[in-house]
Amino acid sequence: MASPRSPFATFQEHCARGELAFQVDDQGAPLFPPRVGPTKWQVSQGRGIVYSTTTVVPRGALPYNVSLIDLAEGFRMMSTVQSPDVEIGLAVEVRFDDQATAYFVPAEAQRS
Amino acid sequence: MRPQVAIAGAAESDLGEVGPGFTPADLMAQASLRALDDCGLTVADVDGLFASTSQLPMATLSLGAAVGISPRYSDSTQIGGSSTIAQLDHARAAIASGLCDVALIAYGSTQRSVGRASASIQEISEYEAPYRPTLPVSAYALAAARHMYEFATTPQQLAEVAVSARKWAQLNEHAWSRGPLTVEDVLNAPRICEPLGVRDCCLVTDGGGAIVVVSSERAQTLRQPPVYLLGAGQAHWHRHISEMPDLVRTAASESGGRAFAEAGLGPAEVDVLGLYDAFTITPILFLEDLGFCPKGEGGAFVEGGRTAPGGALAVNTNGGGLSYQHPGMYGMLLLIEVVRQLRGDCGERQVANCHVGLAHGNGGVLSSQCTALLGDATTI
Repeated sequence: MASPRSPFATFQEHCARGELAFQVDDQGAPLFPPRVGPTKWQVSQGRGIVYSTTTVVPRGALPYNVSLIDLAEGFRMMSTVQSPDVEIGLAVEVRFDDQATAYFVPAEAQRS
Repeated sequence: MRPQVAIAGAAESDLGEVGPGFTPADLMAQASLRALDDCGLTVADVDGLFASTSQLPMATLSLGAAVGISPRYSDSTQIGGSSTIAQLDHARAAIASGLCDVALIAYGSTQRSVGRASASIQEISEYEAPYRPTLPVSAYALAAARHMYEFATTPQQLAEVAVSARKWAQLNEHAWSRGPLTVEDVLNAPRICEPLGVRDCCLVTDGGGAIVVVSSERAQTLRQPPVYLLGAGQAHWHRHISEMPDLVRTAASESGGRAFAEAGLGPAEVDVLGLYDAFTITPILFLEDLGFCPKGEGGAFVEGGRTAPGGALAVNTNGGGLSYQHPGMYGMLLLIEVVRQLRGDCGERQVANCHVGLAHGNGGVLSSQCTALLGDATTI
């Protein structure tokens, strides 16, 4: 039996709608990255904290941030945090760029 | 303790920068012929072939053709820099079950001559790709940053790992980097991926090596003193760094625990260690996860030259991947150094009263962990 869409295609379709999607197993435990098998899709609230972070310093190009984000629903993903000051423990929330790629900003940004 | 197998022969290929035209198979073949010569066997004796290199997915086919071996057992396991240690475990199983009698395990890389980008192609997760992590270094930087956050590990402590490696390299005429290196030099080196600078990262060299594994009984009839495999363990918990459950706890706790349990030994009984040092954070993690110090204390543990020449614990006595050689995947070279120490062949850098060695390989991005405990004749 063929699956209609790959896990990654399904994830991207959610992103195109501004949704950060993840899966849960039959016990309700969160799963990321998405996979084939007996799983159900859910949409995250998009709030999390920075689990770890680094600044990549490429030769001849501008440095940029790469972070691992722990989402409130209990899954982790790689992303980038758009902020001059990214630290482990920082509260962040998801945004989507014009390529429908998820990135994060400090959670305070929405309130200010 | 009656170990089933022993390492009977061991040798490296030419190292450093071998120059244009040489292939990874050339280096595997060169090391293989030297390792066979080391123990007094020939290619005609080999019936089990084990090889790995990032440049040749069908590594045993390339090596078999290059040296003229038609094995009855063939294993091209590719789980990154831990592959050689895993294959030592596999070779034991193959010999014990009668699938082969003389196992040749080889590695070779020309990544310096051909360039790292083409020699070490990274498998990128589609979920990580948009964020452009520079792999593998970004993954190790993320682990280092988390270790610093949870345990107050300092950049100075990371730098101590590089400085201790350099001090060992200064005792080894075959080491690539032997010049003076201070903690300040490491801290002031160009940044690659915070908190790691270029001196926190391994070398990029060419090179290879090979070992010959036979039954313990047969090893006792050959030219070199046998180095017995006392215990081995393998474990992997993730592939990509964003899948790693806990960035400061590696599967080395599982692979090491299994190896120690089998050998009936503990960390206090280990005389020399080869710990995969692709980056300065990795020996710190492995010292913790293998039980040489409590979790979180690896940074403090390496302070004051504890793992340097003259320190309490001899780690990476050839100078490690940081200062000796790092041809793409480093597991073979660290294993060969432990063998040499257990044979007493290390000259100026020889560890005194060296009977038990630990070789630990790491593959991927802290993904695959393989541990081997080795001993000389006094351990059986």
